[in-house]
Amino acid sequence: MFSTKYARANSLGDALERMRAAEDGKFLGGGQTLLATMKQRLAAPSDVIDLTKIPDLHGILVNEHDVIIGAASTHAVVADHAGIAATIPALSALAANIGDPAVRTMGTLGGVLANNDPAADYPAAALALRATIHTSSASYPADDYFTGMFDTALDEDEVIVRVSFPIPLRAAYEKFRNPASRYAICGVMVAELSDGTVRVAVTGAGADGVFRVPEMEAALSGNFAPDAARSVAVDPGDILADMHGSSEYRAHLIPVLAARAVAKAGGA
Amino acid sequence: MTGESVSEVNLNVNGQRVSRDVEDRTLLVSLLRDDLGLTGTHIGCDTSQCGACVVHVDGEPVKACSVLATQVADTTVTTIEGLADGDGLHPMQAAFKAHQGLQCGFCTPGMIMMGIAIANRHGGAVSDATIRHELEGNICRCTGYHAIVAAIGDAARQMSQSAPLAAQ
Ligand SMILES: Cc1cc2nc3c(=O)[nH]c(=O)nc-3n(C[C@H](O)[C@H](O)[C@H](O)COP(=O)(O)OP(=O)(O)OC[C@H]3O[C@@H](n4cnc5c(N)ncnc54)[C@H](O)[C@@H]3O)c2cc1C
Ligand code: FES
Ligand code: FES
Repeated sequence: MFSTKYARANSLGDALERMRAAEDGKFLGGGQTLLATMKQRLAAPSDVIDLTKIPDLHGILVNEHDVIIGAASTHAVVADHAGIAATIPALSALAANIGDPAVRTMGTLGGVLANNDPAADYPAAALALRATIHTSSASYPADDYFTGMFDTALDEDEVIVRVSFPIPLRAAYEKFRNPASRYAICGVMVAELSDGTVRVAVTGAGADGVFRVPEMEAALSGNFAPDAARSVAVDPGDILADMHGSSEYRAHLIPVLAARAVAKAGGA
Repeated sequence: MTGESVSEVNLNVNGQRVSRDVEDRTLLVSLLRDDLGLTGTHIGCDTSQCGACVVHVDGEPVKACSVLATQVADTTVTTIEGLADGDGLHPMQAAFKAHQGLQCGFCTPGMIMMGIAIANRHGGAVSDATIRHELEGNICRCTGYHAIVAAIGDAARQMSQSAPLAAQ
């Protein structure tokens, strides 16, 4: 790792001020992605500004319509939260399956959404549940937030503060994990929102990161059943291929996982 | 970059207060091993894959190769050296011995620290399936895991029967 200067921000204003003053600063969440890239010398920020002690980025609020989660909440905190388990159990289960327990102790919701790894899990939940990402300067509907692989609507000096997830009628996430990295080779979140809209979001498989499957959403809107999901073929044209799986393989997984997710969500 | 940024890091490590000036880029595992001489925390991969470096920070499992010492300043850290009470092994250590949950021993410190975290989180009735799921970040190249899973399950039962022991 190259030299760097660490600072612990104690407020949102403090974090933004430190970022302005830094030559080439980077915000630090749990460090579970950023430190690895710094160790490989793929990133060499002059300053790392730790966001995880900022009170505004903590706390989980569950109201009648939404679950609102502070961006510095770790995966372990989300997985263990009784209010989330009672309202969006699919989100608790998703968090409980990110990486391993040590990664879940450190890794944060904000870090995952800022990084937008094409194989990360939370982007699928944010997109399927029609979440809103609230930052230090704006609020983005998930549909506008994810702009490509490792790319988001965020500016370099913008901090994710909290994320609100509308409580769906039902939802489930199915992940086909890479057994070595624990990331998704393909993951599908299926949700029927409170207004009856069905949304299907796919991670791990998109050449441009997380994406929705409108044909499958249409099929499930009329008939929220595993067969309806399974009947929609996905064109491998825009699907990711790498050493873990071809485009055809991943395209095949999408309806398979979607059908399992619908079954898990109680569709029959 | 010109000049190293150095910070004072205060920690409670295995019940002892320690204070060190470290370069900001210092990883927790380097502070433990190189500065404090606590070489029981191993480095297997250095890329957060293997779990040989797992320690507890405020009671929660953390891969010490993937966290800065500055990030965890002012916390309580427990390493494998902090478990035994004199010659009396921690129940998790005793169970690894009894079940032969180790061969070369390289993964063992991380396995034991993760095993204690699993026992603390899931209690005495933890299933083998849960133990296996929770061990996904800990790699063993020798044992084939069966004896490790048995040891953790056994120790979890014992720990749930006695009062919370060291290194919660
Ligand atoms: C072994 C291993 C397995 C993993 N498996 C999975 C998996 O199965 N699924 C999965 O989804 N992820 C997985 N991850 C990634 C993990 O979830 C990380 O926690 C996550 O990618 C980054 O979160 P972080 O808080 O550690 O962020 P950091 O690494 O600290 O930061 C990542 C990026 O986000 C920025 N950032 C952080 N917080 C904010 C914020 N609040 N506002 C703006 N920008 C911010 C940083 O500047 C940086 O660019 C795994 C990681 C490891 C090491
Ligand atoms: S050395 Fe830390 S996980 Fe392998
Ligand atoms: S005992 Fe040798 S790696 Fe586990």
